[in-house]
Amino acid sequence: MTNQALPLFRLLDVEKIYRIDGGGWSRLGIGSRRQLAALDGIRLTVRTGDSVALVGESGSGKSTLLRVLLGLTASSNGRALYQGDDIETLADDKRRAFQRDVAMIYQDARGSLNPRLSVLDLIGEPLRQHGLCLAAELRDRVAVLLTRVGMSPDTADRYPSQLSGGQVRRVAIARALASQPKVIVADEAVSGLDVSTQAQLLNLLRGLQREMGLTLLFITHDLAVASYLCSRIAVMYLGRIVEAGPTKEVLRAPAHPYTRALLRASPRFFEPIAETLEGEIPSPIDLPAGCRFASRCPRVAPDCRQREPTLMTMRADRDVACLHPLFD
Amino acid sequence: MMHPVARQAEVAGSNVLSDRRDREPLLSLVDVSLARNGHSVLDRVSFAIERGETLGLVGESGAGKSTIALVAIGLLRPPAVTLDGRMQFAGHDDLLALPESAWAGLRGRRIAMIFQDPASALNPCFTVGRQLAGPLRRLLGLDRAAARRRAIELLESVGLNDAEARLAAFPHELSGGMQQRVMIAMALACNPELLLADEPTSALDVTIQAQIMQLILQQVRARNASCIFVLHDLALASQVCDRIVVLYAGQVVEAGPTEIVLRRPLHPYTNALRACVIELDTETLTPPDGGLPALGAMPPGCRFAPRCPSAKIACSLQTPPLRQLEGREIACWHPG
Repeated sequence: MTNQALPLFRLLDVEKIYRIDGGGWSRLGIGSRRQLAALDGIRLTVRTGDSVALVGESGSGKSTLLRVLLGLTASSNGRALYQGDDIETLADDKRRAFQRDVAMIYQDARGSLNPRLSVLDLIGEPLRQHGLCLAAELRDRVAVLLTRVGMSPDTADRYPSQLSGGQVRRVAIARALASQPKVIVADEAVSGLDVSTQAQLLNLLRGLQREMGLTLLFITHDLAVASYLCSRIAVMYLGRIVEAGPTKEVLRAPAHPYTRALLRASPRFFEPIAETLEGEIPSPIDLPAGCRFASRCPRVAPDCRQREPTLMTMRADRDVACLHPLFD
Repeated sequence: MMHPVARQAEVAGSNVLSDRRDREPLLSLVDVSLARNGHSVLDRVSFAIERGETLGLVGESGAGKSTIALVAIGLLRPPAVTLDGRMQFAGHDDLLALPESAWAGLRGRRIAMIFQDPASALNPCFTVGRQLAGPLRRLLGLDRAAARRRAIELLESVGLNDAEARLAAFPHELSGGMQQRVMIAMALACNPELLLADEPTSALDVTIQAQIMQLILQQVRARNASCIFVLHDLALASQVCDRIVVLYAGQVVEAGPTEIVLRRPLHPYTNALRACVIELDTETLTPPDGGLPALGAMPPGCRFAPRCPSAKIACSLQTPPLRQLEGREIACWHPG
């Protein structure tokens, strides 16, 4: 098999379990030690050119999954592969290539940019770090990148505090593009912005993805954003992927009751508010047996509280983890 | 200050007064302008809200939505800012000139606010019970035991289960949704006539957003109170507001019943805002370029003209007045 045919990312039953000390006594082996399963049995494949949305509420494990993908957090069990190699144990040369290939746009763009560096230095840093251009060319390269994200090259001499929320996000995108990555990983890159700024950024990201052939892994809580940018979607709930498949099909006919609830809760013009789910996402510590969505599921049946469903392919390209899926 | 029940009894006893109450809007702003450091933040803002009505202030950040909410609850006052115009509220003819001592009788009692980010609006150092019972004792004069009973009732009414145990919880021990429920309970403590909700769900997940919005509407309707929502999500605004006021750079550009303003917008800015809203079946988004003008650099004439697709030369010469057109108010030289 050539390198081209290998999926870019492959997660094989990845688990991330945090052990929680119950205070001094438990450290001495007295009392109970509890477990927090942030990720549980995650299977995900991302191929070159894919655009994948990871969707779910706070506490569903989206950000932990991202950290495992980027090699920032070691998984407790299972394997996380980049082009066939374990991300945790990449050899030095491969690690450097990985760092150049995979670029990240953080949720808090302003917080992710050093306030003491000018835009020139912020965008120039990855160029220098990976030896991608001569010092004399730096300003020109930064100007090209700024223009690419719809900003004036004059911005190079400004500092993050002098930029608006939308501009800061554009700088973060330009910085991510600087190392000429294959994959862009974005964590809530357009949330918390005005609708107009959000729409401008979504169009920018869609343009970049189409013109540069980027692979996109996009974390969002907004199904409409997922549908605008990504051809595939994976819905997460309490550390598990509960449904995955082509975005359009999943949103047209969701198979998991949680996906349907998310869909109905999204605001729609002139329709009455649909209160779709009762309660809140339960604590991920020491989960009860059975399906983790059972406590909020409107379709819960007795066996849901006994048997935990696994992610299975129910139909062509449609994966669902539910004992009683919503297919027809 | 009078207990709300006593106040209602007094009002009911006077036919003249209740007649007047029915005819007049609960809150009205007439040409309210606000300037800060010499820069105009609000420019001749006028709108009114009736009893039992929900009204949505929409527009981009910096349009003045939250500023209006802060003025309406008397938290943004001279000398921090200069205020002009007139604000009337149920019997008070000129709220802008009201001394702080008189505001204390309104704020929290008859006008209350739900803030955007409950995590930072609640005091992290005190338990929920103390934060909730404090105002009940101070504003309503309840004793310790009565305040505690009322606090439990309030928490139950906003859907917090195990209310008695929650009194001892600190805000950080609650989820964002539960914190917002506590905020709502605090705002409702004195049965206010006007509730201000500044982006009450923007920090919450969508399924929780639906729950919280439903809760606010249900509580407001049960009291025949009025509610002003500050929202940036037009789809959500169309679901919860009877009327909409669209703001741009400190000015009202279009206002009227939600069905009219959001279904058939006539102002190019309202149209532009609608074109930015992403829905599940959105194929292309066509947002307006650029952003709001800076506070110190307001363009002459219509403030939206530099971004407006249908702007003519005349638009930059003269400010369009707010006028009636097809069931709404609109400030535009070339609507449609």
